[in-house]
Amino acid sequence: MSGPSHREGAIGLVRANLRRDRIRIGVWIAGITAMVGVSAQSVKALFPTQADLDAAAASSDNPAIVAFQGPPYGLDTVGGQIAFQIGAPGLVLVGLMALLQTGRLTRTEEEAGRLELVRSLPVGRHAPTLAAGVVVGAMCLAVGVLTAGALVVLGLPTAGSVCFGLGYTAVGAVFMAVTLVTAQMSENPRVANGVAGLVLGASFILRAIGDAGDNALSWLSPIGWSQQTRPFADERWWPFLISFGVTAVLFVAATKLEDHRDLGAGLVAPKAGADRAAPRFASPFALALRLQRGSVAAWAGGTAALALVYGGLTSAIESFIDDNPQLEDFFTQSGGDIGDITSSYLATSAQVTALIGSGYVIQSVLRLRSEETRERTEPVLATATSRWRYWLGHLAVAVGGAVAVLVLSGVVLGASAAAVMGDGALLGDGFAAVLAYLPAVLVMAGVPALVVGVVPKFSVAAWAMLMVTFVVSFFGTLLDLPGWVLGISPFDHVAAVPVETLSAASVAGLTAVAAALLGVGAVAYRRRDIPA
Amino acid sequence: MDEMAIEVEGLVKQFGSFRALDGLDLHVRRGEVHGFLGPNGSGKSTTIRVLLGMLRHDGGTVRLLGGDPWADAVELHRRLAYVPGDVNLWPKLTGGEIIDLLGRLRGDLDEARRGELIDRFELDPTKKARTYSKGNRQKVGLVAALASRTELLVLDEPTSGLDPLMESVFQECIKEAVDEGRTVLLSSHILAEVEALCERVSIIRAGRTVESGTLDDLRRTSHTSVSVRTERDVDVADVDGVRDVRTEHGHLRFEVDNARLPAALDVLTAGGVLSLTCSPPTLEELFLRHYDEPGTAPDGDDLQP
Ligand SMILES: Nc1ncnc2c1ncn2[C@@H]1O[C@H](COP(=O)(O)OP(=O)(O)O)[C@@H](O)[C@H]1O
Ligand SMILES: [Mg+2]
Repeated sequence: MSGPSHREGAIGLVRANLRRDRIRIGVWIAGITAMVGVSAQSVKALFPTQADLDAAAASSDNPAIVAFQGPPYGLDTVGGQIAFQIGAPGLVLVGLMALLQTGRLTRTEEEAGRLELVRSLPVGRHAPTLAAGVVVGAMCLAVGVLTAGALVVLGLPTAGSVCFGLGYTAVGAVFMAVTLVTAQMSENPRVANGVAGLVLGASFILRAIGDAGDNALSWLSPIGWSQQTRPFADERWWPFLISFGVTAVLFVAATKLEDHRDLGAGLVAPKAGADRAAPRFASPFALALRLQRGSVAAWAGGTAALALVYGGLTSAIESFIDDNPQLEDFFTQSGGDIGDITSSYLATSAQVTALIGSGYVIQSVLRLRSEETRERTEPVLATATSRWRYWLGHLAVAVGGAVAVLVLSGVVLGASAAAVMGDGALLGDGFAAVLAYLPAVLVMAGVPALVVGVVPKFSVAAWAMLMVTFVVSFFGTLLDLPGWVLGISPFDHVAAVPVETLSAASVAGLTAVAAALLGVGAVAYRRRDIPA
Repeated sequence: MDEMAIEVEGLVKQFGSFRALDGLDLHVRRGEVHGFLGPNGSGKSTTIRVLLGMLRHDGGTVRLLGGDPWADAVELHRRLAYVPGDVNLWPKLTGGEIIDLLGRLRGDLDEARRGELIDRFELDPTKKARTYSKGNRQKVGLVAALASRTELLVLDEPTSGLDPLMESVFQECIKEAVDEGRTVLLSSHILAEVEALCERVSIIRAGRTVESGTLDDLRRTSHTSVSVRTERDVDVADVDGVRDVRTEHGHLRFEVDNARLPAALDVLTAGGVLSLTCSPPTLEELFLRHYDEPGTAPDGDDLQP
């Protein structure tokens, strides 16, 4: 049980964690605060008069947008617009911050054997969990306080600003606690982060269904809890009780689980396996596939589930248009066609799907590096396996897996949209919308390949590419980013099929960039020291 | 066929501004077990990684089985098997799967030998690697390498974490390998193991070879430990080449360079010798002699005589 002795040493660990990760922590906090501040500023500039706000309220209050952003509260106020425009993607970012940092301070440490060292000092059994909770909790609090402060400074109402900031703190706290629990479940840090990631994805999906269909599913989502506090729109504070209550329960659960397992082990005991390898298990590709097949399945399954939900929501958009005939006028007047709403909705869904596919491909290529730092590359390369075959094996699994993720989610998106709308053409539309991102996703594979080959010590920097693309995709217009910044994101060069048509030039350009990145990465990998 | 399995001359390896290998020499003859000794951080693993074509070198020449370890890596690796000092395994694969995979990738896995080694090392091949202790991981690496018929075995501190029983199984296996005419490069901290197995050794320090030859040669060209009782007090400490003079149980003990032994004996004879024992140095003494010098700080706890 968790007497004080089990917590001994936590303060020392907190200090050590803060010192070691100060830059990482600082970048997360500053980045999220800046994103909120700049977005708020540009929303203010975008809607200078009440008339602008009213017009914006009328056009954004539709399920196609609501499914991505969140419930439409107070859209005729600047504050309400800010909360809506930053919306669910902003909360996902905070959840991701808490999840990754918690995983880093618990399981990743434990697997690397560092925790064992720490534990042999006078440090209590729960001290590492407690220390991770304190560090990440403080991060979430800092994000909340600073975003609230930024909004107040920009002249927004204090109550709404505090509510908005607290919403960030709350969603971060929940995902910190979720990760503390998943960290107890398996020895493998990838599983801990992966399960927590699935919970984050499910939270986004549940609130998407709930918000677009105006039903209670949003209340099953930690993201939904924060959004249901309605910042700037007659705030209600009690949903915070859910968030912080769940955080407390999960935290206690994590320490209880920790009482019931040995250090380094999970709760689920590993089973005995085969004493001989299958006959085909004899190539670097087979090894890479074996190592990553579970991860491919999880990413593909998660992405397909998201695509299924987004496809299914297409009908909500249709019925919304039927209920609001003035919207049809609005679209016809602006030179559009009512079908455009469905099309642009499919295009946005495809973009989200491709973003997740990019996350898969980056972590998969980086496997090449983590195998190396864990000293598992050397024994393979000391056999009659050339570096080129080894590299190709890993890259084939990464790129093949990405194609599988995109194809599966494209089919699911198209099929579910076609089914609910009774329009077979949507199958092809949805599929094409997702597959249009394939060249861009190849570029996403090329970036980590280049980094691992040329500057292996800085391999994690490859994730910056995904961050840039995420920010450009969701906040690019809002942040009013200059064109060259937008241009860094490979997604910025992809045609929004089915609204736009695929451009051969952009496909060829992205493919060429991807080929160049991969080629340079491969050559550099063959020439450098291993391990480097 | 080349007489030398490994020929390294003047090897230099630079990590940034740090010179890990600084003109290292290593000559391993075919069919011998060659001990490769040196304290932690002296460059043993770095040398082995150069020999395996993992690291590029910045100077000197390296030949392995008559080939260039960097350019001919794949071809050469068919003819050798390697065990790292820290065998790191894929947590979700079983020991048996890993042995098969590495053997097949090498293109050389002797089925009968595989089964026999698993028995001798008392390894459970159905366990997932994540559940293996350090010693068991090391056994997986050893079985994977020894289950081959390659002409060269490259072993980098292969027995760390093995219990004494398994250590003796390992020594038997290496003796059998030599009987088959295979060559073994054995980097080790365990001096008893080296004394039991190696005909010749190379001792390195700070990236340079400081001694190389047969153990007998090294002992001969080195120093002698003397234990003596004399009628009268003698003053040997002044003799050139005498070190570590101390009195234990009424005996005067000291070390003396073999070249200076006659001079020391003259002093003793003058004092009237009652009893005298001269013994060649143990490997441990040979080894420590190079690291006791100022400016080096060997990690003594890694020395297991
Ligand atoms: N990749 C590397 N980068 C920088 N320094 C290294 C690297 N690999 C080894 N070293 C350094 O080179 C020296 C020799 O290391 P190593 O060959 O592992 O020694 P040994 O195996 O004899 O203990 C050590 O000081 C070590 O820190
Ligand atoms: Mg070493």
